[in-house]
Amino acid sequence: MDTITSQATAQDSLIQLLAPDGTRSANAEWDAWLEDVDLEAIQGFYRDMVLARRVDEEGTALQRQGELVLWVPLRGQEAAQVAAGRAAAPQDMLFPTYREHAVAMTRGVSVAEMLRTFRGISHGGWDPTRTGFHVYTMVLAAQVPQAVGYAQGIQRDQKGWDQDRVEREGETVMAFFGDGSSSEGDVHESMVFAASSQAPVVFFCQNNQWAISVPFEVQSRVPLAQRAAGYGMPGIRVDGNDVLAVHAVTRWAMDRARRGEGPALIEAVTYRRGAHTTADDPTKYRTRDEETGWDDKDPLLRVERLLRSAGVTQDYFDELAQEADTLAAEIRAAALAFPTPSLESAFSHIYAEPHSLVQNELAWFREYQAGFADGADGADGSDGAGATEIKEGTR
Amino acid sequence: MSTERMTVAKAINAGLARVLEENPKSLLLGEDIGRLGGVYRITEGLQARFGEDRVVDTPLAESGIIGTSIGMAMRGYRPIAEIQFDGFVFPGFNQITTQLAKMHFRTEGRVNVPVTIRIPYGGGIGSVEHHSESPEALFAHTAGLRIMTPSTPHDAYWMIQDAVACDDPVIFFEPKRRYWLKGEVDTEHRAAPPERAQVVRRGTDATILAWGPLVPVALAAAQAATDDGRDVEVIDLRSLSPVDFDTVIASTRRTGRLIIAHEAPTFGGLGGEIAARVSEHAFFQLEAPVARVGGFHMPYPPSKVEAQYLPDIDRILDALDTTFNPEVSA
Repeated sequence: MDTITSQATAQDSLIQLLAPDGTRSANAEWDAWLEDVDLEAIQGFYRDMVLARRVDEEGTALQRQGELVLWVPLRGQEAAQVAAGRAAAPQDMLFPTYREHAVAMTRGVSVAEMLRTFRGISHGGWDPTRTGFHVYTMVLAAQVPQAVGYAQGIQRDQKGWDQDRVEREGETVMAFFGDGSSSEGDVHESMVFAASSQAPVVFFCQNNQWAISVPFEVQSRVPLAQRAAGYGMPGIRVDGNDVLAVHAVTRWAMDRARRGEGPALIEAVTYRRGAHTTADDPTKYRTRDEETGWDDKDPLLRVERLLRSAGVTQDYFDELAQEADTLAAEIRAAALAFPTPSLESAFSHIYAEPHSLVQNELAWFREYQAGFADGADGADGSDGAGATEIKEGTR
Repeated sequence: MSTERMTVAKAINAGLARVLEENPKSLLLGEDIGRLGGVYRITEGLQARFGEDRVVDTPLAESGIIGTSIGMAMRGYRPIAEIQFDGFVFPGFNQITTQLAKMHFRTEGRVNVPVTIRIPYGGGIGSVEHHSESPEALFAHTAGLRIMTPSTPHDAYWMIQDAVACDDPVIFFEPKRRYWLKGEVDTEHRAAPPERAQVVRRGTDATILAWGPLVPVALAAAQAATDDGRDVEVIDLRSLSPVDFDTVIASTRRTGRLIIAHEAPTFGGLGGEIAARVSEHAFFQLEAPVARVGGFHMPYPPSKVEAQYLPDIDRILDALDTTFNPEVSA
């Protein structure tokens, strides 16, 4: 283990480069990973975070208005997600939970596509192969061993490459999970497999303090980063609300994995400022005081302070707010314009190859639906319209 | 000569070797499958021949084995995972049912996960708990999975190759007490497509449907039935998802009687589903209610009493009798 990580693990220190008041502290070891992160790049991070927060607000609003079946707020975790997403190369593959909307945006997943999942149109929503961003997984931690397997595939694909090519074109995987998921056996097995095979995978844990209503203390008596040592990999504990620190450590871990030096665990310490989902009520299990205690540690606020102290004018912030509102309006319009899917289309993707039971049930379903098509039996308007749609779509 | 006499175990080994040879993206992974060649030696010699990257001794964790197999499949590989025993599949059950089975559906057809999971299954081997189970109904019930189970060396040789070639996930149940059953394997001429049931004995008076380890028992029962002057047809189902209902229904229409035998518990077993379908489609040709022979609604019992638990020739013949005397059983 190299010095950086052994120190970090030994001290359980929380790496922070940007204080809540916007003060940038120097840190020779980690600043080395931010050499190209100039003011413009920081503005880029800030823009990502502002847009993600606005999308998040729109998601909650759409759900409250009955337009989404559910929304999973990310408020408070924008820095961790943007910094991690921006630390990945285009060729890398990321395996999210179901809250990584800001990461999704850094991967070029359109927010409208993402809303298909939450409007009940699709269980997936976007193309994971095109975006390098796997679809959301609702079963906690189940995506983590898959990420490791994907990384083991990369290892096989890159067999025989020279070091130069590995560093230039090599691929890496990032597996996202939370403090709640960290208790799942799949996370343990994933770390065992990844360490055993030295797979190029970075375990990125957003410790947002709450697994729905259960506080972090119930999951672990020690910081999660400490667990890494038990698997034989470095563990880093970073201020998850500090976009610069998260970016630096994630770049370090991804670079390390890319060079073939194996997996690492990052624990980004953050706070879920909103509800677990729109079906949750945090007032049942945590205090207002605790929530407001994180107000000043907000990930956007500290970057705004940094930018203002660097001379960025109000015009920039106004324009960005305008851009965010425009994006929100666009995704709202897109979400409301999704055509209502038919069950018939769901039959097409149960198997990749023909399956006689599915074929027979589809044939029955078509025939049954066709019985409503004429509307002569007095079926109500919406049923009749739906059936007609299906009929036209298949002939 | 393309025909060779070998055991079911050797046939699967030879089939896997051919897969590894022909498809560079295929690989085997599981517990003890490399250096040891598997606890049943099904993968014997394969690691020495194909290397540690193609025949992987994994850490001891079934969910990890299935989960990483899914990830490798997403990456373009064809993983063939071994679960050491039927009763050990459950730590991996979540990955199989919530992930593997649903990935193609979840991604709207954009991602294929051609993972093959080999599971030695069934009883009659005199073993300890969790080593003799027949959990096929749990997987057949799960949309997105295909289930195959061969009963002969020839089928074993070809069906394992079919399983790997399939773009869908396949659970490949290996009848472990038939591993040492010998038969001719034609390595040039493919077996029938795996989703097609095979009539392995022609008959006119009744049909016995079986799969995997019970096919030889069904054949022996049919042979014994000739003593009573009964000419019994036997079908080897081979694929448990999809089920070749056409072949089963056509046979039942001809013979008028159907006995379904499996080692798995009768209640909630595949036999019930097949009996219902046959009743729907051959009701007026049936001379008697469809009879089922299976395990009891109990955890698989200790091996000293397993002979009484497992369907045998007499239990099948008893069921056959009921189809000739339906009023007696009623």
